[in-house]
Amino acid sequence: MSVAAVIGILAAAGCYLLMQRGIVRIALGFVLLGHAANVLLVSSGGVARRGVPIVGAAGTPADPLPQAFALTAIVIGFAVTAFLLALAFRYDEQTGNDDPEDES
Amino acid sequence: MSRLLVLPVAIPLLAAALTLLMRSKLAIQRALSVAASAAVLAFAIALVARTAGGEALAARIGGFPGPFAISFAADTFSALMLTVAALMVLVCTAFAIASRDRERPLLHPLILVLEAGVSGSFLTADLFNLFVFFEVMLISSYVLLTLGGSKSQVRSGTIYVATNLLGSTILLAGVGLTYAIAGTVNMASLASLEDPLRRLAVPGAMLLIAFAVKAALVPVHGWLPSAYPSARPAVAALFSGLLTKVGVYALYRVYSVVFDGDPAIRTLLLVIAATTMIVGVLGAIGRERVTEILSFHIVSQIGYMIMGLALFDSMGLAGGIFYILHHIVVKTSLFLSAGALRFFDDTDSLRDLGGVARERPVQSAAFMVAALSLAGLPPLSGFFAKLILLRAAFATGEYWIAGVAIAVSFLTLASMVKIWNGVYWGERPGDAPERPLRRSRVAAVAAPAATLALISITIGVAAEGMFTLSETAGGGLIDPTPYVEAVIGP
Repeated sequence: MSVAAVIGILAAAGCYLLMQRGIVRIALGFVLLGHAANVLLVSSGGVARRGVPIVGAAGTPADPLPQAFALTAIVIGFAVTAFLLALAFRYDEQTGNDDPEDES
Repeated sequence: MSRLLVLPVAIPLLAAALTLLMRSKLAIQRALSVAASAAVLAFAIALVARTAGGEALAARIGGFPGPFAISFAADTFSALMLTVAALMVLVCTAFAIASRDRERPLLHPLILVLEAGVSGSFLTADLFNLFVFFEVMLISSYVLLTLGGSKSQVRSGTIYVATNLLGSTILLAGVGLTYAIAGTVNMASLASLEDPLRRLAVPGAMLLIAFAVKAALVPVHGWLPSAYPSARPAVAALFSGLLTKVGVYALYRVYSVVFDGDPAIRTLLLVIAATTMIVGVLGAIGRERVTEILSFHIVSQIGYMIMGLALFDSMGLAGGIFYILHHIVVKTSLFLSAGALRFFDDTDSLRDLGGVARERPVQSAAFMVAALSLAGLPPLSGFFAKLILLRAAFATGEYWIAGVAIAVSFLTLASMVKIWNGVYWGERPGDAPERPLRRSRVAAVAAPAATLALISITIGVAAEGMFTLSETAGGGLIDPTPYVEAVIGP
């Protein structure tokens, strides 16, 4: 339940920022939305405490696959965030603001 | 051969790394880039020959048993898509070399990474890896689109990146939910799920919406016409042929293999297809730049492909696949023609151009053939693509969508005639540029578009062979047993 609430709050905050003007806010919105998706990925394998997923280790092993998914998604999200911030920087350099809707 | 399935991803990635190291040596960059694309093309043609009978191949990377390995799989549909994509990369690379690749040393590495992403999307048998290859393709496309960093490029780039990123996030969440419910994201394992549309209702909807964003279906098409016209000519041509079609491919693959072509959403798909056709073709009216008009027509044409998918019978799928293959060739040819205008005349605005047919006849003929093929005149490839779709619509009793498809074809023809009159016919308003054109340069820039126009004619003349291949590919979607058995074993 707490995981669902975390995902909901992250997604709501992310969507709110996406609706704002300015590339930096959009970038931050995608960071939050990406976190929501990553938490969702990790929770898709179950969130109860379990043992390490190594053959021969004690206890019920955790499902390693969603964790691998989340790791991959984090790396991709990092690259895209860096690119969005570079876009914002470039736009700011040329126009003095980071709002592509601003025609002036 | 099945172990070699990783090559269409590995070769371009390796070549991208090498071209990146050779940034200062243009000749080596060009040679590497052409060689890599040609190698992928050769492999893809061999793959088509190997799967032409409806067989499927799979490579299990890591040596784990079926459902747990990272699987690459190819059936007739994948092989055909791979071939036409590799051909487009090769032709667009040739165009980039003939026009201006000197200014941008990153162009060739980025095109190669894009090719790796596109090939990977066509070959992977795993939803999560589909997401990864989508991202590989999209991240290089983000950079390609904004290469140059002008104000208009950054502005349209922001819209493009934001829309596609939102689509990717929805896709990722959909994959996560699929795993939570089904315990697997391997498409072959998902194929055996009972009643998939009900059990995977929410993640399924998320996946299909995400693919619809990538494919630029109405109402999530707005990013496409705002992004493509600001890209460099060679890049716009490459995007027009490849990007949206990867989304369409994913829709075909997931709807047929995972959801068994469930007729419950058929009417919805048909309505979306019709709306996409109409909105796209109407959007093109009143546009002044050739690239803008052509960009709206991409949206319109995607509707025809989804129409084939929605009909979901042997004829409909064959028509849809035929349409995708034809469209990639023709659309890229048209964008290369528009690119040639931007290269020689520094504009592609209908108002500032005229009389190009007299100045550069070969280029103009290439445009003419591709434009008529897009509108669907016999004996070009577009005629047969539309004919098969219309026959499928009549056979299944969906007469209204056939009517929409025919009406949109006429509007497409009108749009193409408008470009022809504005750009190629008549007199140039104002003075012609005094730049003396070297004949070899004119020929080199015209050759890529002309080659693709010739391929469109060839597909039209050899339509029966192409139809048989498309029918086999469609058969592999209706009954994906060979695909499933290749991936997870019988």
